Amino acid sequence: MNALVPAPSVPVLSAPALSVRDLTVRYGRAGKTLPAVDGVSFDVAPGETLGLVGESGSGKSTIGKAILGLQPPNTGRILLHGTDITRASLRQRRVTAIDLRVVFQDPYSSLNPAQTIGQTLTEPLQVLRVPKDRRRPRILESLAAVGLPADAADRYPARFSGGQRQRIAIARALVCDPQVIVLDEPVSALDLSTQAQVLNLLADLRDSRQLALLFIAHDLGVVRFLAQRVVVLYRGQVMEAGGAEEVTQRPRHPYSIALTAAAPVPQPAEQARRRAAREALGVGPAGATPPAAAGCPFATRCPLATDVCHRERPPLVAGVACHHADQVAGLRLPTRAA
Amino acid sequence: MRVPRALRTVGGVLSAAWLVFLLLASVTASWWLPYQVDAQDPAHTLAGPSASHWLGTDDLGRDVLSRIAAGSWISVGPALLAVVVAFGIGIPLALLAAEHGRWVEHGFSRFAELLLALPSIVILLAFVGAVGVHPWAIMTVLGVLLSAPVYRIFLGQAQSLRTQLYVDAARVNGVSSLRVNLRHVLPAMATTIAVQAAQLFAISVLIEAGLAFMGFGPSVPSPSWGGLIAAASQHVYDDPWLMVPTGVVLALTVIAANGLADAVAGGREREAATPRHRKPRTSVRAATGGTHATEGMLLDVRDLTVAVGGPDGPALVTGVSFALPPGTVLGLVGESGCGKTMTARALPGLLPEGVEVTGGSVWFAGRDSADRDSAGRDSAGRDLAGLPDKELQAIRGREIAVISQEPMVALDPMFSVGYQLTQPIRRFRGVGRAEARRIAAELLGQVGIVDAGRMLRSYPHQLSGGMAQRVCIALALTGSPKLLIADEPTTALDVTVQAEILSLLRALVRTTGLSVIIVSHDPGVVADLCDEVAVMYAGQVVESGTVAEVLGQPAHPYTAALLAANPHVAEGLPVPERLPSIPGTVPAPPDWPAGCRFASRCSLATAECAAPVPATPAHGAAKVHGAANHGTGTVRCVHPLSSPAELPVPHPVERGVPS
Repeated sequence: MNALVPAPSVPVLSAPALSVRDLTVRYGRAGKTLPAVDGVSFDVAPGETLGLVGESGSGKSTIGKAILGLQPPNTGRILLHGTDITRASLRQRRVTAIDLRVVFQDPYSSLNPAQTIGQTLTEPLQVLRVPKDRRRPRILESLAAVGLPADAADRYPARFSGGQRQRIAIARALVCDPQVIVLDEPVSALDLSTQAQVLNLLADLRDSRQLALLFIAHDLGVVRFLAQRVVVLYRGQVMEAGGAEEVTQRPRHPYSIALTAAAPVPQPAEQARRRAAREALGVGPAGATPPAAAGCPFATRCPLATDVCHRERPPLVAGVACHHADQVAGLRLPTRAA
Repeated sequence: MRVPRALRTVGGVLSAAWLVFLLLASVTASWWLPYQVDAQDPAHTLAGPSASHWLGTDDLGRDVLSRIAAGSWISVGPALLAVVVAFGIGIPLALLAAEHGRWVEHGFSRFAELLLALPSIVILLAFVGAVGVHPWAIMTVLGVLLSAPVYRIFLGQAQSLRTQLYVDAARVNGVSSLRVNLRHVLPAMATTIAVQAAQLFAISVLIEAGLAFMGFGPSVPSPSWGGLIAAASQHVYDDPWLMVPTGVVLALTVIAANGLADAVAGGREREAATPRHRKPRTSVRAATGGTHATEGMLLDVRDLTVAVGGPDGPALVTGVSFALPPGTVLGLVGESGCGKTMTARALPGLLPEGVEVTGGSVWFAGRDSADRDSAGRDSAGRDLAGLPDKELQAIRGREIAVISQEPMVALDPMFSVGYQLTQPIRRFRGVGRAEARRIAAELLGQVGIVDAGRMLRSYPHQLSGGMAQRVCIALALTGSPKLLIADEPTTALDVTVQAEILSLLRALVRTTGLSVIIVSHDPGVVADLCDEVAVMYAGQVVESGTVAEVLGQPAHPYTAALLAANPHVAEGLPVPERLPSIPGTVPAPPDWPAGCRFASRCSLATAECAAPVPATPAHGAAKVHGAANHGTGTVRCVHPLSSPAELPVPHPVERGVPS
């Protein structure tokens, strides 16, 4: 295993609120299956948003589950404000991880249809043993923070639209006054206009409450909007890590380039130019043969791949895991014609 | 909350009424019984119904009605006990197994299988032999045996409920596991519990009566229904009536329990009912549309209206018009609930059940339209909106093909890709097996699948989402259609796979002359693939035109606001601090105003917007087609924008507190 040194290109100023070190998660037996998450490390500072980007099978949601204690990791460490919570059970986390909350992707299955919004928001407060008379004010406060009226507390989830439900899920996370929130694809099920509302809300919360957000997403455009730093994952491994602007505007890994080039923009002429550039890249199709366990996971699709890529896993150096990092600049899409 | 829904059916009401009546009668029997249970009337033995004995008497002159009523508790009570025991054991085990994962589940499940393998009647008889005749104890044993099927039924349900995100959210919030089960898992199983309990109760009543009939019921002087039937069977030749009252009561009880189960289950199904496709179309429709297509168009839709439950029902799509020349790609873009999918599905008659086309025309020049009649009309064209479902069926697949958002759902997991491709090829093209396989391989090559031979032998579960969508596109091509309707074809795919599929569709249009209607919520997808675009909002086309015009110079405030809310910007452009979002939500169909449907959310709205807004030519449409209110280049707005900068975007929007 490589010594993976987290190399954020933006220096982390304060002590991290959440640290993940060399995390490996396997769903099957060692040797039979490739790990879903393979040696991933990163930090999230208070007030900072880290985007965890990847496509399906990249292990991004598994990392979220491991942090939340829903999926036990095989190796590695997870630290919350310096406290090791890697193996803390959900029961122990009632004490050690009260600062850690979650917002899930699906606004429909993340709220119990048989409970009113008030009951849903009360539940975490009961666990924290908040006195009964203090619960209602805190619920109303957190509903107000996400822009919902007080009478929402007495209604059932069926009365709310997808965007409103996602606000309620955010309110459920906020009601405990947490410092770290794991956002697992919180806007990917929403329409553009509601997505914009929820993204603005998250940006407001990030700025006003000094929250550390781990923003798990498949959409680089959305991540660029909300995150300061980005970690790009492919098949469970970190391909590139760095500032959001650098990773999205000047990607240094062939996979990051493929990912940025694939996201369509709504300007037809610009999109035609980007499509031509993308097709010229020579990135292999996604359903191609799976990579060898020992090599770079992207080698079978990569236009720069050579023998060494199939044999050896590239170390993460200065935020890029690529044997041919020096040649990557040549692949980048030409920037927009002014 | 859900049981009353079950009681709305006649069967449910009657069943529940009988069971309640039986329960009340058995509990209160001692107060109203006309005779003592053992009171003998030697003068009237084996008598039929009479004024003094409503249901007759038995061989010792005892009143049958009194005996049935007095025996009801000992007949029904132990059966209830069996149900309580079965659920008391089965459900907690199912919840534990679902929560604690593989090993616990394995242990419990093997034990349940063991119980299921035991012949229950033999066990019960052996128990009677060893312990003696104790109805309550016997039925407790039956309950233990029945807990195995209960466990099996609820294990699956508990496991699927535990995958719900609200369960995970509660666990992350530190809610204790008992509480998670009691508040989030168990309540959702209530309906199934009610259904299963009613059925198990019926089974238990029958088993208990059977045992009593064989003499393993309560001791002889105290009446139970099984015992009464056994006694009556002695007189089946000299007094057949004696069997009837007890038999009817027992049968009614079993039927009522099953009827209640059906009613509860039916109530649940009605709640969960999802619309089904391919409803036979009603032929009664308002013929408002035109009679022929604009020359040279493959598809010409005019004033299409789609409503729920006939012309008087709430409309989902109103007055949608667009035309599509051969070999072009039209994008229907809009947010969820705007009617874009309904519009696309209305064309080939694939609307959900209960939804129908109530107005307008869908002129389709599907067959080779070389020959035109003297009026220049496309003689091969047809108005699809008026066709019966049978004729539409002939058009679907052959002339109009459809691909959907979920490629995995569109493929049958039971059959190989080769089988699923060759079946329609043989049907559509009338070729033999070998030829069909050759064509299938060719089609797979056409959709960019390199190893066609291996793909033909594969099953859907072996494919990735992108490969499955390629297979679906190949499947759509089997009938050599003129028009492909693609409903969010890339929404479920990864972004790099989406780019591959879009490139594939583009190449198909170029090489085969196929026309495509693509439904999408993503303006980026539309920009990538489409020639023309129709922006939909609340069931109307609010703006249409070429993709460069509409996306580059949006004329409708909604289009401009939608584009502004998109966080995707091209390389080299800055991301905004906050996205300009549209306040409020899309109104639901019943709330659509008479005037502009976007007015309540529009920053440009004035009093004029309250009057109905017609679609007017825009983007220089008048000079392109000469037909106002039709074809490309329309906008439905009183205050169309002439440049995007005109829209006073609230920016940043109310600091995260929209309505």
